[in-house]
Amino acid sequence: MDMLEVRGHCLVVHLPEELDHHRTEEIRREIDRIVSSRPVEEVEFDFSRTAFMDSAGIGMLIGRYKIMKALNGGIRLSHMNRQIQRILSLSGVLKYMKLEREDAV
Amino acid sequence: MKNEMTLAFDSRSENEGFARVAVAAFVTQLNPTLEEVADIRTAVSEAVTNAIIHGYPDGIHTVVVRAVLEDDMLELWVTDEGVGMEDVRQAMEPLYTSRPELERSGMGFMFMEAFMDQVEVQSSPGVGTTVYMRKRIQKGATGQEA
Repeated sequence: MDMLEVRGHCLVVHLPEELDHHRTEEIRREIDRIVSSRPVEEVEFDFSRTAFMDSAGIGMLIGRYKIMKALNGGIRLSHMNRQIQRILSLSGVLKYMKLEREDAV
Repeated sequence: MKNEMTLAFDSRSENEGFARVAVAAFVTQLNPTLEEVADIRTAVSEAVTNAIIHGYPDGIHTVVVRAVLEDDMLELWVTDEGVGMEDVRQAMEPLYTSRPELERSGMGFMFMEAFMDQVEVQSSPGVGTTVYMRKRIQKGATGQEA
C-alpha cells in the first residue's frame, strides 16, 4: 500500500510501523508537496499499521495542523493503538484534531 | 543479579530504531509489562534522537547507550560527545526547542520524565551531554503479562 492516497478533497496518510524522527522527515515533505499543489481540505493520518510514535511524530502532526489551518482545512486521526493514544493525550494536541469516532480517547 | 550492556553507534537517524529495539530486548529479562516496554522505548528514542539532532548537528559521530539492570531497576545513560548545552534547565522546559525549523515539538524531555521514574541531564558546552534515566520494573504489579 502506498503511503499517500488522495480521496476527493481528503489526503489519507498511511503511517509506517515506527513513526520517529527518522521517518517523519520524509513523510512531512511528501504531504507538504501534495497539499501545496492540490485542493486538499483534510489530511487524515491513519495509524492502522503504526505501533510506535515519539515526540517527532507529535511535531509532524502539529506542523501539518498549522499548514492545514492556514488553508482553511483540518486534520483527522484514525486507528490509533493504546501507546499512540497515550502519547497523544500526554502531548495535549488532541483538542486541535478530529478523531474517528471509534478512536475517541 | 547485576547485568550490564553498552552500545556505541553512529549518530544516524536510522539507528534510533535500533537503539529502541536493543534496549527493549535487554530489559525483557526483568519481565516488564507491555506498557513498561513502550515507556522505555519512547524514553530511549527521545534521548537518542536528541543526541543525534542536537548533540551532533554537523557530521556523524558516536552515541553511546549504557544500560544496567539490577534486581528490578533499569538504569540508562545516553551519551554524546557533541556540542553540549549552556542551559540544561531551559532545554528541559516543556515545548522549548532550539531547532524550531526542524518541527521539533519540544516534548522530548516531557515524555522522558513522564515515562521514567527519574531523569537527570549533565551537559557542558564543547564536551557533550549525558542523559541518565532510571525506572523500576513493577513485576506483575498490574497483573499484565509481558
